[in-house]
Amino acid sequence: MDTNSYYVYGVNGPVITVRGGRSLPMMSLIYVGEDKIPGEVVSANGETTVVQIYESSAGLTKGQPIFPTGKPMTVLLGPGMLSNIYDGIARPLRAIADLAGNFITKGITLPALDTEKLWDVKIEAREGGDAKGGMIFARTQESVAVEHRCMIPPEVFGKFADVKPDGQYKVTDVIANVVDGRGKKTPLTLAQEWPIRRSRPCAKRLPITRPLVTGQRVIDTLFPVGKGGCAAIPGPFGAGKTMVQHQLAKWSDADIIVYLGCGERGNEMTQVLDEFAELKDPKTGHLLMERTILIANTSNMPVAAREASIYTGMTIAEYYRDMGYHVALMADSTSRWAEALREISGRLEEMPAEESFPAYLPSRLAGFYERAGYMETLSGLEGSVTVIGAVSPQGGDFSEPVTQNTKRFIRTFWALDRSLAYARHFPSINWTTSYSEYFLDVKDWYEDNFGHGFTKMRQQIIDILGKESSLMEIVKLIGSDVLPDDQKLIIETAKAIRQGYLQQNAFHKTDTYMPPEKQMVMLEVMLYLYEESRKLIALSIPLNQLTETGIFSAMYKMKFDLGEGQTKEYFITLVDDAVSKVLARNE
Amino acid sequence: MRIEYTGLSEMQGSLIALEGVSGVAYDELAEITLGSGERRYGRVIRIDGERVVLQVFEGTTGIDMERVNTHFTGKPITLPLSKEILGRIFDGSGKPLDGLREVFPDELRDINGSAINPVRRMYPRSCIMTGISSIDATSTLIRGQKLPIFSGAGMSHNELAAQIVRQAHTMDTDEQFAIVFCAMGVKNDTAEFFKKDFQESGALGRVVMYLNMASDPIIERILAPRCALTAAEYLAFHHGYHVLVILTDMASYCEALREFSSSKGEIPSRKGFPSYMYSDLASVYERAGMIYGQKGSVTQVPILTMPNDDISHPIPDLTGYITEGQIVLSRDLEQKGIYPPVAILPSLSRLMKDGTGEGYTREDHADLSNQLFASYSAVADARSLASVIGEDELSDIDKLYVEFGKRFENNFVAQGMRENRTLDQTLDLGWQLLYMLPRSELGRVSDKLLDKYYRGVK
Repeated sequence: MDTNSYYVYGVNGPVITVRGGRSLPMMSLIYVGEDKIPGEVVSANGETTVVQIYESSAGLTKGQPIFPTGKPMTVLLGPGMLSNIYDGIARPLRAIADLAGNFITKGITLPALDTEKLWDVKIEAREGGDAKGGMIFARTQESVAVEHRCMIPPEVFGKFADVKPDGQYKVTDVIANVVDGRGKKTPLTLAQEWPIRRSRPCAKRLPITRPLVTGQRVIDTLFPVGKGGCAAIPGPFGAGKTMVQHQLAKWSDADIIVYLGCGERGNEMTQVLDEFAELKDPKTGHLLMERTILIANTSNMPVAAREASIYTGMTIAEYYRDMGYHVALMADSTSRWAEALREISGRLEEMPAEESFPAYLPSRLAGFYERAGYMETLSGLEGSVTVIGAVSPQGGDFSEPVTQNTKRFIRTFWALDRSLAYARHFPSINWTTSYSEYFLDVKDWYEDNFGHGFTKMRQQIIDILGKESSLMEIVKLIGSDVLPDDQKLIIETAKAIRQGYLQQNAFHKTDTYMPPEKQMVMLEVMLYLYEESRKLIALSIPLNQLTETGIFSAMYKMKFDLGEGQTKEYFITLVDDAVSKVLARNE
Repeated sequence: MRIEYTGLSEMQGSLIALEGVSGVAYDELAEITLGSGERRYGRVIRIDGERVVLQVFEGTTGIDMERVNTHFTGKPITLPLSKEILGRIFDGSGKPLDGLREVFPDELRDINGSAINPVRRMYPRSCIMTGISSIDATSTLIRGQKLPIFSGAGMSHNELAAQIVRQAHTMDTDEQFAIVFCAMGVKNDTAEFFKKDFQESGALGRVVMYLNMASDPIIERILAPRCALTAAEYLAFHHGYHVLVILTDMASYCEALREFSSSKGEIPSRKGFPSYMYSDLASVYERAGMIYGQKGSVTQVPILTMPNDDISHPIPDLTGYITEGQIVLSRDLEQKGIYPPVAILPSLSRLMKDGTGEGYTREDHADLSNQLFASYSAVADARSLASVIGEDELSDIDKLYVEFGKRFENNFVAQGMRENRTLDQTLDLGWQLLYMLPRSELGRVSDKLLDKYYRGVK
């Protein structure tokens, strides 16, 4: 390609117009100006090609050179991504800091992987053996927690040749060749490139049957998300979206976490870096950072890279899925991505649709969420990508376009509530407006793993909470004192469920994560108390005699006591004691 | 060789366009000389082949299409910096207002700054004590944080900000401390108020002021916070100062942004504000924090008056999404005569969870703060019930809550403008109030801490 004929013609923020030729492919990667700022071709008209660039355009002048690559924007995938932190277009931020210091300066292009590091590689390819796309040909221990399975790029087929023995290799070393029927050789290295905007192929989509177990009671019990499913967390500022995302990234039972900080606060990324380097995965005992990849485009980093960042994150997630891992992708926040889309669309002078978002917002959102799924990979393994997207609706108003369009492509909706957050009820997931369509898909798994009867108990909890919210309408007008005892019991029980069960303290040593079996114990005890109380009420014994024993307050603190090692029997006895005390009083 | 372009091809609002220009960089600074000899400055905001669009900081009033010469300086807008800036007063674009000479620069810095690499950020953990109970106990300010004050027209946000500046201190006392004050579109009285307050407290020698008054050009208003933060970063990360930046009033800043955007003919978003307002505000607010291996820090306390007291208005809304919490002032409390009128429930400090409690402040700080929030939120429920059925009809516990609410507001939230409470005083006061409520109501505090602190007045 003739690099000399193209030049910068115009500059308008991150949108650059280029002249000097007509052969720049759409969505191809090009480098702009003397600083070689990366950018993508987004449209062309006659002699003019329009490019969006991923760094500040300050200092660009008309006539500066353009360096086309002819290739789409790709990310280099391979060992060394775990516990790393990248910017929106997969440049390693640690390496950039080593090179440029405390502030991010322009025009630094570095490969995503450390090309000098040697990996202990176990080769599985056999000389002369059949090779096909997606097949695992080598393994290396990427972190203590995760084995990296190097795969043949999806479109490559043939026979293995020139296979190297087990040993230490760099990501760029050729491990083997694949020779196809016509004798064409494709070298295999530990790493491969993949265009970020194209989803990686797999053998087939499988139905969702397992939940992502998160250790968060309100999510696991009431509003689960399936492995391979999509969930959205909308909420006004201060409602705790980021806290929920952090909790899920910490405690969910995914093998790999891709945490995408998209247009959010710099300090939040730092917090993840700090905390995950100290916290341990409750399942494996390894440091959380060993299974985490961070992508940071903080709110003051270039806006065009924000648009690309979710695709970068998704491509990395799909790559690990193809190795047969369950990956959870946390995108915080998709609204910032949509706003980046809007900002660029405005600069391109496109016709705006609702709230001046571009008309293609829904199709872009769909394209992103549909890349999630539970898949059979090309190598016959099972893997999944679960997407959890935070949404930051303007003014906390869920009727705005990003929330509304997102709702069409997700099946679990965790609606965060400002008034719950004000009362410091966290996670502030509102139990009346949230929903999960996955529960039916994963019901059997719950019955087998949480315990028999879980579905029924869950339904009872939902009923009690539902009755409470209609009773509260009355209580607001006349106070709770005048209610009959069976209705008072609903209110007391619902209060215990809300404070004791739904509320979970992310900063508490043990309460931050509650394993399924303990969640089940709590449900059983709370419903046992409810049934016993109903029996008392049937005997016309006033409910306040039971509340005076403090048994309902004990429910509030049960979660902490369970964390300290108390058993189900202990609480059942506690309930029995309280009940017999009341009975004795009424002899 | 000095190239000057004579004449313009277009003028609109604060924008001018020139044709036949070459070799000009995006974001470059230009000097514009009027026929009268007056000199103004502008910035390149768009290049279209040979056509260049400039925004003129001082406005286009008085410029004509013929008698004007434009010279491109070949560099972005920079701010001359040296330690001398302490004690000085500048306008929104960094030119001296105090009649003294221009700063002799140690260094020239691009006012747009660059993003701090997240891997080099140090997570802020060290508390700034303000001596104000409603902030220290429940929305603790942390060094390196950006914590705005959401206020409304006519409320006492300026007094509160001034009190924070007067009283703010950390556990270590021997560190260098500086204040950068940036006024955007405020009335002269407000600027005078702060100047006088800094003078009285003897802080003036440690203050740098960037003043853009209500009648000054809006383009300068857009530059003012950038100049202020460039100065703050210079003091913090070059000289090791702990810098507290006061930005007031962010609402005027955003309105300037809107005015400017509409003069460029951009597609407006919500309430006419530009669609990039989030990114733009982030480029201001994110310039706070601490860096590994650096002694200094930048802490921001932006003040914004919510139009019509509406927290869902785009200005407070987008701000809240970027900043690390907010201190919200309440007109109700203000009308009850309570100073500072901090609305406890919507106020929040996102960083306090990692900077309070054992090892940072006091072991009971976090639990106590949670409990105060929870109990005070029960007050709101009791009050709304009382407004329907009357206070007399309330249950005993609800009556207690109503009483608790009253005392909490009058004794805890309210304090004198010169009253500087220690953290111990504040926390003990909190416990004293909680003692009004039965122990079984205090579900947010561990039994261990209740045993130790839940008791009557010493």
